[in-house]
Amino acid sequence: MGLYRDEAVVLRTQKLGEADRIVTLLSREHGRIRAVAKGVRRTTSRFGSRLEPFTHVDLQLAEGRSLDVITQAETLHPFGARVGADYERYTAGTVMLETAERLVVEDKEPALQQFLLLVGALRAMCEQDRPAGQVLDSFLLRSLAVAGWAPSFDGCARCGLEGPHRAFNPAQGGMLCATCRVPGSASPAFETVALLGALLAGDWDVVEASDVRHRREATGLVAAYLSWHLERGLKSIALVERV
Amino acid sequence: MYEGIVQDLIDELGRLPGVGPKSAQRIAFHLLSADPVDVRRLAQVLVEVKERVRFCSVCGNVAEEETCRICRDPRRDPSVLCVVEESKDVVAIERTREFRGRYHVLGGAISPIEGIGPDELRIRELMTRLADGAVTEVILATDPNLEGEATATYLTRLLKPMGLRVTRLASGLPVGGDLEYADEVTLGRAFEGRRAVDD
Repeated sequence: MGLYRDEAVVLRTQKLGEADRIVTLLSREHGRIRAVAKGVRRTTSRFGSRLEPFTHVDLQLAEGRSLDVITQAETLHPFGARVGADYERYTAGTVMLETAERLVVEDKEPALQQFLLLVGALRAMCEQDRPAGQVLDSFLLRSLAVAGWAPSFDGCARCGLEGPHRAFNPAQGGMLCATCRVPGSASPAFETVALLGALLAGDWDVVEASDVRHRREATGLVAAYLSWHLERGLKSIALVERV
Repeated sequence: MYEGIVQDLIDELGRLPGVGPKSAQRIAFHLLSADPVDVRRLAQVLVEVKERVRFCSVCGNVAEEETCRICRDPRRDPSVLCVVEESKDVVAIERTREFRGRYHVLGGAISPIEGIGPDELRIRELMTRLADGAVTEVILATDPNLEGEATATYLTRLLKPMGLRVTRLASGLPVGGDLEYADEVTLGRAFEGRRAVDD
């Protein structure tokens, strides 16, 4: 049985048997991994809180027949402790974990960009104190872009005509010009479209200067865009708390 | 595959938590060879437990009557309320013999990834219970994991404005553990919650 080492963020944990857990991880080099953490639920477990969701860990794993087994874990960033103490961060962060789990489908196929994006988002939220709701929106747009569903907030998503445009349609991939506009498209405020562009680009000066009204509208459009592309809705998104 | 009823028994046992197909088969054959009186007793208990046991209308703990034994006990301190996730946690705390107040069982922890939000737990019942002002301290004894912490954070936000004393169970190094194996979060908590040694 081979041993390998990788760094990863814990996405989800499920109870297994008496004291074990199955831990779903998004790793730097091996993409999504499902591994067993033995005895982790015992109070004297040497893993302690290292394999709680959100934690960024350095791991050693042993290859198993169906699931790998975690043999060692060291904390790199204990995001979980900072997330659990703030309810808004917790609900927003959980959506990030669920999205990352959903978008990285292939087990053991590297998904470096998704991994870096998730670590970056958790850092922005926990260490740089960026507003959780906007970090979430930015993360969702960018992870969808990495997965191949980049929205267009400037040029028309169908014909490429330079914007700014008035209509937004998730099914068409973003903003639409007057000619390409399809029935049922939303007509967001110009400031909201600019905010969406800034969220996608990670331009925090623009994001933090934005108005609450436009933030709300942008959040609604991001949620619509996400649910269209993921087909099956995320369980956690309905429980996100926004201020 | 076995014939009819034997296979049915194995299938039913196999649906229990922690029982795999091999264990189910072993238990089934143990029951087949066991004394019929013992098996009848087991069957009777299984039926009775479903018929008689319900949830306490006050605290949500398992009970055989309208209210549970702890809620009925007049010697328990009505001013301290300990909030836990599951009935199992009540038993764990009772075993310490340290706590003489009453309990409130939430029925789980807030876990958005599983689709469990505040409305799925007995939080509304908790707020109703606290409305009469008899309780002065609420102890948040949810699990010291991410979901438990987040649930405690959520409850703190609800309870603080009510002017109650809200406390959280201490967390830190486990008795019988090794300091060098303690993870950073736990060790950090142990430092945060350190206390002066009494003379």
